[in-house]
Amino acid sequence: MARIELKNIKKSFGMVDVIKGVDLDVRSGEFMVFVGPSGCGKSTLLRLMAGLEDITSGEMTFDGVLVNALAPSKRGIAMVFQSYALYPHMTVYENMAFGMQLAKSSKEAIKERVEKAAEMLQITPYLQRLPKQLSGGQRQRVAIGRAIVRDPKIFLFDEPLSNLDAALRVATRLEIAKLHHQMTGSTMIYVTHDQVEAMTLADRICVLRDGLVEQVGTPLELYEHPQSLFVAGFIGSPKMNFLNGEIASKFGANTVGIRSEHIEVTDRDGSWKGKVIHSENLGSDTYVYVDIGSDEPIIVRQEGNSLHRPDEAISIAPILDKIHRFDKAGKPMRH
Amino acid sequence: MSAWAITKKASFYLAVVVIVVFAVFPFYYAILTSFKQGPELFKITYWPESFSLDNYTAVLTSGSFPRNLLNSVFVASVTVMLALFLAITASFALARVRFRGRSLLLMTILGVSMFPQIAVLAGLFELIRFLGIYNTPWALIFSYTIFTLPFTVWVLTTFMRDLPIEIEEAAIVDGATPWIIITRVFLPLMWPAMVTTGLLAFIGAWNEFLFALTFTVSNDTRTVPVAIALLSGGSQFEIPWGAIMAASVIVTVPLVILVLVFQRKIISGLTAGGVKG
Repeated sequence: MARIELKNIKKSFGMVDVIKGVDLDVRSGEFMVFVGPSGCGKSTLLRLMAGLEDITSGEMTFDGVLVNALAPSKRGIAMVFQSYALYPHMTVYENMAFGMQLAKSSKEAIKERVEKAAEMLQITPYLQRLPKQLSGGQRQRVAIGRAIVRDPKIFLFDEPLSNLDAALRVATRLEIAKLHHQMTGSTMIYVTHDQVEAMTLADRICVLRDGLVEQVGTPLELYEHPQSLFVAGFIGSPKMNFLNGEIASKFGANTVGIRSEHIEVTDRDGSWKGKVIHSENLGSDTYVYVDIGSDEPIIVRQEGNSLHRPDEAISIAPILDKIHRFDKAGKPMRH
Repeated sequence: MSAWAITKKASFYLAVVVIVVFAVFPFYYAILTSFKQGPELFKITYWPESFSLDNYTAVLTSGSFPRNLLNSVFVASVTVMLALFLAITASFALARVRFRGRSLLLMTILGVSMFPQIAVLAGLFELIRFLGIYNTPWALIFSYTIFTLPFTVWVLTTFMRDLPIEIEEAAIVDGATPWIIITRVFLPLMWPAMVTTGLLAFIGAWNEFLFALTFTVSNDTRTVPVAIALLSGGSQFEIPWGAIMAASVIVTVPLVILVLVFQRKIISGLTAGGVKG
């Protein structure tokens, strides 16, 4: 169990400020996902928590204990790296046992913990193999196993699924979700740029942008009540449709955002007339790209197979109470 | 096969033969000569006509040659061990620790390796007298290590830079100190580079002549290259070619064996870092 508190954390590399004053409170046992575009500082923030980088200024406490100057191994953390970072010359067993060996644990205790972790992740048959004899998914499971063996208060995941192919990514994502349910005592911090991972895994998501926290909230809060244009555009797939100019001013806003599933194909009053550019049929839904004269085509989600040919004339209209209105500063306007 | 293809193939193998003959002939002639006796030595032959091991037994049983051989083994081995130990710790710092003036230091190290031996001979001589290790194997170990280190450090530094940083970070999170990272994580991954640089350091120390000539004076402390050069015959007008050649062959064989044993490691060491792997 560990509650993590960050108070005005800053980090600079030379003249470059990467983290520009982050305040954050991660509850004990929570699964918190850091998400943001590349270069937003999410990985750096994770590395500050791990102790792999020094904090330039600010305070970081785990359960009320200041950890700013504490060595990584003393923080009660375990980290899973994007590139697995397994020791290539050690077997899976030795990889998982290395940390405990350094901590001078007894052989029996090490064996017990390693075997338990291996069982949890179904890697028992591979314990005597070398990492190079394993597939990518197996390697990442070993890396997760190595983290479990350390029995940490806090798990840190640095884009652990980025190196896996799509099918394995989903499977390993499930594995991590299961791990979170089993290890209720551990706080987990997870960095990703993939908002689907963020939405599916997180108890709460922390959206970072340019070294600052943009919004913290549950996945649904972020999806339904984004606190800025940036979060609105970042969370959700396909991306939220944004409209400026005349259409937006009709709603009394600088920009209006509307999600693809909140647009109907209808002929009622106030509908937008346009032309179909392309239809993407995913089986369960179809995304129709419609050009209504705005900067970017509007994406409309239709359930099942709906056939709209390119160049077909079409009328679409937003569901009015699902519209997000934003002012000039990109902040949401209350209805 | 067309005539053109045959010509191409033939000229290729001709070129190979020329190169091999060019490279191997001096050594071949040394072996040939080492089996010859008396006046035969001065007859030019390209195939063995007589065979006698007298030169070998003479070199190995008389004089201080066996002792010199041991000296060479000792000096070269200790030089390699010392150089590798210093280089691997230094390269960890140079490759992985961020500090001010790191690249300047690396450049200086490279610069040092460009000094000709003769330029530092006098200074080094004074230093060795001052340390009181003149005319001992330690004088040679000391000077060889100095001259080997720049190259060793450079190669190991480049190699260590290519090791993924995450592995080191994983070890840090696991609670490893720098010493444990070097010995238990990096060292096992660096064998190819260690073998390559170690072998080159060994060859360098084994063949070195100038320092060995300058820093040792007695027969008992000399290494083999000097001993061979100072082999003398019955009178000052006789140069014992047979014995010299036998000694040369004896000195070369260990190197050839070492290179053959480690050749696969050497190749992987020299190409390491070229591709991600």
